[in-house]
Amino acid sequence: MHPDLNATILIAEDSAGDRLLLKQLVRSLGYPVVEAENGQQAVDQFARHRPRLVLMDALMPNLDGFDATRRIKALAGEDLVPVIFVTSLQDAASLRRCVEAGGDDFLSKPFSAVMLAAKLNAFLRMGDMHRTVQRQRDEITLHHGRLLRDQEMAKRIYDRVAHAGCLNLPNIRHHLSPLAVFNGDVALAATGPSGNLMVLLGDFTGHGLAAAIGAMPLAQTFYGMVGKGFSLREVLVELNSKLCEILPTEVFCCACGIDIDFAQQKMQYWNGGLPDCLLYRAASGELESLASQYLPLGVRPGADNDLQVEIVNVAPEDRVYLWSDGILEAANPTGERFGETRLRAVFAGHRDRPQSLFDAINRALADHIDDQALADDLCIVEVTVVEEARFAGMAQSPSQASATAPLDWSARYEFRPDSLRVTNPLPLVLHNLLEISALRPYSGPLYTVLAELYSNALEHGVLALDSAIKATPAGFAHYYQARDQRLQNLTEGWVRIGLHCTGGDRGGELQIEVEDSGAGFDLAALTRSADVDPGRYTGRGYPLLCELCESVRYHPPGNRVVASFRWTE
Amino acid sequence: MAISTQLLDDGAELIIKVDGRFDFSAHQTFRRAYEAVQPAPLRYRVDMAGASYLDSSALGMLLLLRDHAGGDDADIRIIHCNDDVRKIFTISNFQRLFDIS
Repeated sequence: MHPDLNATILIAEDSAGDRLLLKQLVRSLGYPVVEAENGQQAVDQFARHRPRLVLMDALMPNLDGFDATRRIKALAGEDLVPVIFVTSLQDAASLRRCVEAGGDDFLSKPFSAVMLAAKLNAFLRMGDMHRTVQRQRDEITLHHGRLLRDQEMAKRIYDRVAHAGCLNLPNIRHHLSPLAVFNGDVALAATGPSGNLMVLLGDFTGHGLAAAIGAMPLAQTFYGMVGKGFSLREVLVELNSKLCEILPTEVFCCACGIDIDFAQQKMQYWNGGLPDCLLYRAASGELESLASQYLPLGVRPGADNDLQVEIVNVAPEDRVYLWSDGILEAANPTGERFGETRLRAVFAGHRDRPQSLFDAINRALADHIDDQALADDLCIVEVTVVEEARFAGMAQSPSQASATAPLDWSARYEFRPDSLRVTNPLPLVLHNLLEISALRPYSGPLYTVLAELYSNALEHGVLALDSAIKATPAGFAHYYQARDQRLQNLTEGWVRIGLHCTGGDRGGELQIEVEDSGAGFDLAALTRSADVDPGRYTGRGYPLLCELCESVRYHPPGNRVVASFRWTE
Repeated sequence: MAISTQLLDDGAELIIKVDGRFDFSAHQTFRRAYEAVQPAPLRYRVDMAGASYLDSSALGMLLLLRDHAGGDDADIRIIHCNDDVRKIFTISNFQRLFDIS
């Protein structure tokens, strides 16, 4: 590699003869030259021209070469500007002064042209390399900054997806690095509709964004399914097939999932690829291993049949510990791993105060690896089994309760023939209702009420079907045949559903008003006994409504009904 | 970490020998070790005699090899595992996917 021929050389020399000689030599090598007759001039010329290299005489008037060198080096900052002393001084003390001032090399007077050329070329090449390294370093700094910003953004998105859960419940303690997602670690917790608690700890292969990316669908699927009441096994089968579908072959997720049924004090668990997680028995102090018996998630699709969960009895104060392999592998400065023996010793040492186990484990780890930053990277979750009633109290977390403001709103829907023909509007209406957290526990009865009112409005109102047809088995089939036929040919008519909601989490009222375009019916029939067919209701439709609702009122001529549904805390 | 290969039996069997730490740094080398072999061998042996350690990205690399060698039909034996290495295979239940000894 030849040095850059545009590199300007500064020659600082008070002897005009030597200066001329040096100038001619340097120019003959192809480099432009700037000159200085004394030290101060050298500093000024350096500031003005920023030469790449300086040939410096040691003894000059008006600031000598040593001080000039110091100032030039200071001006150069982190740029490499080699200073070669061209001097007749030979004694060690003088040469040391040159070095101490920041000089990089010497050239003795009288100097040899060959030697000068060799040194110039060598130092200029070094300067080129230095600039290349500086440029690359700057690029890396820039890229790194960008990467950190990207990660920060990915983290914010991830937090919204993953933190929909309930890791902050009082019976859960967890330690997750602030950037754990980029270590591939993920911890999820959610309560199911039956008051159960599901927790999943996952460890994706690899690091960085590639590992984080799989955590998103994992979290979304987990929360979606647990909330809807799917079992641990069903959730795991779905997670496995989803991860197999979207992750590259070499990326997978070692995971351990638990599902605690507080009512029956039973726990289901499943471990695929994580080291033994532990169940601490409060009564006996014994430890039971939740050992990995399965492939990690996302390795083999369709392994559904062989995926089975284990079930164990648990009791209040039992504690479950989930962790990734980082815990056992955490090494101290001499490379010794924390290991299972040390871990079990912590449990043995806290027999009388299990409530401090979580902190003790973390402390023991930090002591072992002697590096808080590394300890922060480890992922560990502790779940304590409690009585059912206590868990129910916890799961009604204050944040959830205060999230819903007092309610006072109305909504109206009108479904016209094109909709009535092809869609069932009930899931839409119900979905919107269940956005209100206070109503969620009543999804079952609400659906029943809505379905009963809607089908009556549609079938007896809009389609004008007489329920008396259904009295015989043949009539029953005929009824539904007629229903389909009339619906197919429907060109006019409507069903309106109005919702009026007042109250809050502590109780309230939802009025469901359903009106149809039909002619109505003999309202007097409703006031007679329930087993008398009122024309619109066969069997137990009306009594069922009355049972579920505070009141059910029909308005003349019988095509508008208002059902009042009440809830309490 | 070092990866070396040897073809046996007229190219029907490829031995991939792993030495040192088998981790993410081996990614490129390990892939090249089998992808370049033409025609593709019928059998693969991954010799772990010199492997001191493997991490989860090494497991990922073995899954890639398995895919390359025909997925469920792949004939891959992982041999000479030391206790540490074998334990990692056991925890992740890779014996369901590979013949490990």
